[in-house]
Amino acid sequence: MDTMSLLMQGFAVALTPESIMFAIIGAILGTLIGALPGLGPANGVAILIPLAFSLGLSATSSLILLTSVYAGAMYGGRISSILLNIPGDEPAMMTCLDGYPMAVKGKAAEALAISAIASFIGSFIATIGLVILAPILAKFALRFGPSEYFALFALAFATLGGITGKNQFKTLMAAAIGLMIATVGIDISTGVQRFTFGTLELFEGVDFIIAIVGLFAISELLFFLERHAGDGLKQVAVNKLKLTAKDIIQVLPASFRGAVLGFVAGVLPGAGASLGSFMSYTLEKRFSDKGEFGKGDPRGVAAPEAGNNGAASGALVPMLTLGVPGSGTTAVLLAMLISLNISPGPMLFQQNPDLVWGVIAAMFVGNFVLLLLNIPMVGIFVKLLSIPPKYLMPIVTLIASVGIYSVSHSALDLYFMVGFGVLGYILRKVDIPLVPIILGMLLGPEMESSLRHALVLSDGDWTILFNSGLSIGLWTVALLGLILPIIVGPLVRAKMARAKASEKDD
Amino acid sequence: MLNTLSLKSILISGAVALTIAGQAHAYEPARSAECIAPANPGGGWDFTCRSVGRVLVDQGYFKGNVQTVNMTGAGGGVAYAHTISKRDKDDNLIVAASTATTTRLAQGQFPGMDSKQVKWIGTLGADYGIIAVGKDSKYTTLTQLLDALKSDPTSVKFAGGSASGGWDHLKVLMTAQKANVGDLPKVRYLAFSGGSEALVQVVGGHVDAFTGDISEVKGFMDSGDLRVLAVLSEERLPEPFAAIPTAMEQGVDSVAPNWRGFYMPGNSSAESYDWWVKTMDELYKTDEWKDIMVKNGVMPFHKSGEEFTQFVNNQILDIQILSKDIGLIK
Repeated sequence: MDTMSLLMQGFAVALTPESIMFAIIGAILGTLIGALPGLGPANGVAILIPLAFSLGLSATSSLILLTSVYAGAMYGGRISSILLNIPGDEPAMMTCLDGYPMAVKGKAAEALAISAIASFIGSFIATIGLVILAPILAKFALRFGPSEYFALFALAFATLGGITGKNQFKTLMAAAIGLMIATVGIDISTGVQRFTFGTLELFEGVDFIIAIVGLFAISELLFFLERHAGDGLKQVAVNKLKLTAKDIIQVLPASFRGAVLGFVAGVLPGAGASLGSFMSYTLEKRFSDKGEFGKGDPRGVAAPEAGNNGAASGALVPMLTLGVPGSGTTAVLLAMLISLNISPGPMLFQQNPDLVWGVIAAMFVGNFVLLLLNIPMVGIFVKLLSIPPKYLMPIVTLIASVGIYSVSHSALDLYFMVGFGVLGYILRKVDIPLVPIILGMLLGPEMESSLRHALVLSDGDWTILFNSGLSIGLWTVALLGLILPIIVGPLVRAKMARAKASEKDD
Repeated sequence: MLNTLSLKSILISGAVALTIAGQAHAYEPARSAECIAPANPGGGWDFTCRSVGRVLVDQGYFKGNVQTVNMTGAGGGVAYAHTISKRDKDDNLIVAASTATTTRLAQGQFPGMDSKQVKWIGTLGADYGIIAVGKDSKYTTLTQLLDALKSDPTSVKFAGGSASGGWDHLKVLMTAQKANVGDLPKVRYLAFSGGSEALVQVVGGHVDAFTGDISEVKGFMDSGDLRVLAVLSEERLPEPFAAIPTAMEQGVDSVAPNWRGFYMPGNSSAESYDWWVKTMDELYKTDEWKDIMVKNGVMPFHKSGEEFTQFVNNQILDIQILSKDIGLIK
């Protein structure tokens, strides 16, 4: 019951007018960004990190703002899936399967409302899961010594691509780029400078906030310039909402199952939201003997949306308790935490209970805000889809530049941001994923020092890396994570593609 | 006519000059001042700037505000270089500093810069070093731990939150040196990116001992997971830390305050320097500051002006000698 009282304290933090305000702002901005086709939650959070810095927010306020953006982007992602048949990111793909057909049938408003309810259930259940699981895992984390941490980081990299990952080689290459950038700066284990060339600004290494904003936000701008996309996209018109209680009750079981499944997938390293929404959808299809899956079945909208949002909250569990992010967006959030001088991991729950529980409570609050926002105000967000990006992108660039400059008041950082933007553009052109780069930069130094610590403790004996059941277990999962996608990946992807193709045939 | 006018103007300008001279003697600060925190928001330097800035305004030293500017980079090196090269004559700028600043100056990690290029104002408190072990450790006193090190310098492994050669590492070496442990370079130190990561490893039983500051250990001390063997202060600390013995009580003359203070630009006027020194002396005695110290676990430690400058130079010299002894610098 300790957890309950801590959660109540969290609500005391989350229900202050200031926190509620940031939750609402974050929810609106997140939904906006999520709704824009092509911009996923990782981009959304990356673009808005500088905003938190330039406003000079406290750690708690920044995190409340950004977790609301995260949740909002997961909600918003469904809007473009349903109306445009363009998923904002990979996890939202499954929502297209039944969402778009519903919209074509003139039931766009219902599809949007159902998906909002399902998203709410998904997030809500997963947040409860987070409340229960996180403190347990935080205690368990004490058993992690340097060798276990090293195995855990290896696992995080091995499972990076996820089961549905397309190209393991490119993923690993991206991670290697991140690890290389991470070696710049002072090496804490020896106190020696590496690759700094006597430049003071490089002594502490390359700031990953700059890398994130450059790679995600600035490269997006470059892509926009290339596309000359001056106009909004064509979309299905939205009808007037006619949703009955019966419609809602019909999708409730699917939403609950999707939420639980999504949460589990989110907690597991490497599985992530894509698998969460995919599994929820397939399970639902098997579960119901008949139905019109693929032709606009409401349950086909509810299940993946609940799974998607459940996985998003689930991914916060390993991030907060172990400091190892389970998804791209949580990697970005982790970078934010480190920049605010808050070290995630088991100590976070001991040292900053106000912050952790405040943020968790804020997730509950944010969810209610999102539900309230999304049902009556969905029309406004839909309208925003038709805002020409030529107005939007300059604002994004402005926020990014001002924010980066306010972090350290150094013009060099701005050059670095642009440099990373160009790098991001090139890498995206050749289909190299960006998230592993960020993860490499974030985890590289930790991984290196874990290995060194383990070897110092054992006086140079490498077998220390495999000397506990826990580390052997982690290595096994890491190995599986590396091999499975090569075997299972094509099968799962083929299934996903077939599901999509058969829907098109009808 | 012309003569009287010029005589008048001479008199007037003389009077003006006198007034200016009088004012210059009692330096008047500008409406607002700036405090550079050479790190991100949330850290120690940021806290020093923000809390002192608030007290300065609350106590009426400034009519405007004292703005905190975060200037991250090179462990304070970027802010140090900025102060020397771009703000050298600024009377209204102070920069937060701590033992980390002197450590880096001593080890030449601010290339081409030294402690004489700025003016050291004073300290407003300190965080004292401690050496601790997990609750299941076989060591119950500092003496036992040091005896183990004497017979084999690799027998006790330390974890701390600073880089190798940083303050947390140096504290262990200083203490070991005072206790006549031979072969200091062999003492094993594991560098973590923060004190809390290091603590978790010690509490989890993966590393033998923790070196850090008293402010970092309260949580695990209260829960009984951590046994603090010694605090590196001259006298015992006030409650709730009064039960912890000092190293000196245990026969090891090791004192390691991680002070929190300020420097200002090297060519700022002598009057403004005197004003800042006097102001810090006064501020240290206010109830508002005492209250902040208690709430944030900052311990009493005050030196200013000439005395502080001497202290900084001595500390740099001590660290240089030790760093050479253990082969960190040549």
